[in-house]
Amino acid sequence: MKINSPLQAYKYLPQTNCGECGEPTCMAFASKLIDRSGKTADCPPLVKEKKFAKKLAELEGLLAPEIREVIIGVGEKAAKIGGDDVLYRHKLTFFNKTKMFFDVADNMEEAALVERVKQIADFRKFYVGNYLLLDGVAVRAASGDPAKFAAAVKKVAETTDLPLILCSFDPAVLKAGLEVVKDKNPLLYAANKDNWKEVGELALEYKVPVVVSALNDLDALKTLAKTLAEAGIQDIVLDPGTVPVGKGLKDTFTNFLKIRRAGIDGDVEIAYPILALPFTAWMAGIEDPVSASYWETVMASMFTIRYGDIMILHSMEPYAVLPEMHLVDTIYTDPRTPVAVDGAMYKVGSPTADSPVFFTTNFALTYYTVESDIASNGIDCWLLAVDTDGIGVEAAVAGGQLTADKVKDAFDKSDFDLKKDVKHNTVIIPGLSARLQGDLEDSLSASIKVGPMDSGRIPGWMEKNWPPQ
Amino acid sequence: MAKKMKLTDITDMFAGMDVEALEGVTIEGDIELDLGGLGGGFDPMLAAALGQESAVLAQHFARIAGMFGYPVGIGGPAAAAPAAALAAPKFKDLIPAKFDVANMADWATPIQEVRIGNTSADGGSRGKAVHVGGEKALPFYFDAEMPNRNQVTIDVFDMRIGLAKAVKQNYDEVMDSPGEWAKKNVEQFNADMITIHLISTDPLIKDTPAKEAAKVVEEVLQAVDVPIAIGGSGNPQKDPEVLAKAAEVAEGERCLLASASLNLDYAAIAEAALKYDHDVLSWTQLDMNSQKELNRKLMKQCNVPRERIIMDPTTAALGYGLDYAYTNMERIRLAALMGDDELTFPMSSGTTNAWGARESWMVGSPLKEDSDWGPREYRGPIWEIVTGLSLALAGNDLFMMMHPTSVAFLKKATQTLFGSIDAEPVDISNWIAAEV
Repeated sequence: MKINSPLQAYKYLPQTNCGECGEPTCMAFASKLIDRSGKTADCPPLVKEKKFAKKLAELEGLLAPEIREVIIGVGEKAAKIGGDDVLYRHKLTFFNKTKMFFDVADNMEEAALVERVKQIADFRKFYVGNYLLLDGVAVRAASGDPAKFAAAVKKVAETTDLPLILCSFDPAVLKAGLEVVKDKNPLLYAANKDNWKEVGELALEYKVPVVVSALNDLDALKTLAKTLAEAGIQDIVLDPGTVPVGKGLKDTFTNFLKIRRAGIDGDVEIAYPILALPFTAWMAGIEDPVSASYWETVMASMFTIRYGDIMILHSMEPYAVLPEMHLVDTIYTDPRTPVAVDGAMYKVGSPTADSPVFFTTNFALTYYTVESDIASNGIDCWLLAVDTDGIGVEAAVAGGQLTADKVKDAFDKSDFDLKKDVKHNTVIIPGLSARLQGDLEDSLSASIKVGPMDSGRIPGWMEKNWPPQ
Repeated sequence: MAKKMKLTDITDMFAGMDVEALEGVTIEGDIELDLGGLGGGFDPMLAAALGQESAVLAQHFARIAGMFGYPVGIGGPAAAAPAAALAAPKFKDLIPAKFDVANMADWATPIQEVRIGNTSADGGSRGKAVHVGGEKALPFYFDAEMPNRNQVTIDVFDMRIGLAKAVKQNYDEVMDSPGEWAKKNVEQFNADMITIHLISTDPLIKDTPAKEAAKVVEEVLQAVDVPIAIGGSGNPQKDPEVLAKAAEVAEGERCLLASASLNLDYAAIAEAALKYDHDVLSWTQLDMNSQKELNRKLMKQCNVPRERIIMDPTTAALGYGLDYAYTNMERIRLAALMGDDELTFPMSSGTTNAWGARESWMVGSPLKEDSDWGPREYRGPIWEIVTGLSLALAGNDLFMMMHPTSVAFLKKATQTLFGSIDAEPVDISNWIAAEV
């Protein structure tokens, strides 16, 4: 955004402190605009009253992110990319996770194609209270045949409502694919130095976002982007080429850094989301498929951290996909918000006075991991989240945020009485806090059982140790 | 009527009126037709309609001009002009643009370079020394050459310990001999350094006396000639004594003593480092301000010279707090480059912490709703690679690792970005049709 202090944003607000936005003052609202936790649309007078129309338009221009936001696909699963304002996540946060699209080719057998699309659409991994999912399908026109490509695109679109990338350098092929999914806002890949007029026409005609591609030539890339932008295309994605190995990969990495720095620094002609192609790992002649998958994951990691906004990948092996999706989540987690749950007593399932009592820390990752391990195994229980400032069990024990006194406080604050609310007066503690056992027996006057080191083993542990003898 | 009128003015007049053809039009007065410079709002359909009329007019004008010498502008219509406008009104020629980006002006302070290991020239017995640090930019950035590549030190323990199966199978036959273990790490797994962890000294494990533990350090120093790092058990009461004794037997070898931290007698460790010629690992837990405080204390209270300090700001595994570890390191490195001289030190990561992530060692997901996690022997190494690589990008220099495959991939990845890996050029222009 072009402005960075609440005072600058305040000038454009009604300055009436009416409170309709939910903030006590316009200044407070202005600071939410600056840290992007609030939107101009949250200020009713600004949006509704005609006299503010000009100010609203100016303010929105000033608040627009440095990197253009581009939407691919339609509906709930539409993929929003770009929209960043900073080069380092701790300066604000990175917005719009890197989107992971997996390839299918139009020369695949139909059954294999459908199976792969389902695999992409159905892959899920529980993490911190939610599921991590994959984002879309890139259809490669490997055949070069418009009819075949259209048929493949049709099949993919029938199988999933995930957003699509249509991949070909042949405008006739792209047009055939577009005709099939013209109402689904696919991303066109790609306009290059040879086909830019025709592909640009398609992007205009079908009103879809488009990739401009120039291998390792940032002047050419910027030229293409500028030319398409002048013709009225706003939704542009940049492909500077992704070379999989050697000095070519170093050059690719450098290109990504340069493009993003220029964009954040205010060069609007290149301030677009960037597309990475870890897919090319499969072209590097790595014979062992595990090694090729690993290398693809290595490339995906580099470009998740350094400014890839969307990528096309190939390996659907879980050992490649799981770390990729976790890293995306890691880099795009908002560093402004501590990942913690409220310190309180939670019910998992429908616990009774005979149900076990566990505690863990209020670090969201720990809490949700424990909770899901218990809940998914159908164990009804009481689960106390002890406020450890959002630190996990092992570190909190070492650092003094998890002590017998803290646990006792947590029980007291949650109004849970071990003598009355359960019949067994027993608390199961995390294996990693075993050294607190003695202190806890004293402070809680309860029986303390040391549970497993990993909550994934609670079900097995329960079979042997519950109910207490 | 205006004396001069351009075709765009006419199209503007008709804009939004859905006109597709003009019939019975008569145009009177002095007319200059200018079909060039078609501006915004130009409607190709309308232009086509007007173009036909214009072409007819042009013929008349040309005749009149020939007969009477009337001025007819150069813009006098060639019939092709409207046709061209119709074919590609939006795209004519590429609009050339030059890409340019500035280097970071505020990265003005270099990171301290630190040597680990003394060769015979320095009075030690190491075959080579390892240098870390010296950067003047974020790692692998184009602003400045990175003088030293990343280094990997592979772990050795002074007793048999529980390890993830995928790790253990590489070490099973050497786990009872730290010397053999170290040798294998160097000869087979390409370790730049060895870290010997004296964990048996923990009072809750074997309570091995410091003097006895120090013998293991001697054994490792004799088994390999790479530089070594010496780790305690993590027991804050025992570690200072153990590390001091280990420092004594390793005198003159310039080992890395791991670790000085705020919750133990760091001064004792610093003293041993100075007395016996070693480096100090300054370890804090995911807190930049604590890191500054400890570095300051090491420098000001304990007089440890800058060229003997390496920081370990703590590694949390992928999926288990890597977001904190990554950003902590990136902030530390950026602050250092911008001149915070309490943070201008190379960094080290306990990358093996990745093996604490359940995804790296568990047979499968404990949740039936999860997709299949696939074989764990492939999950573990990549978990360690991605954890390490992320921190390499944040500014980490030295990696303490375990799995040989992870070591190999991390080295290949970081050295590729460092620019020292040559590879056959790969033509990616036709990736869309690649056979995979």
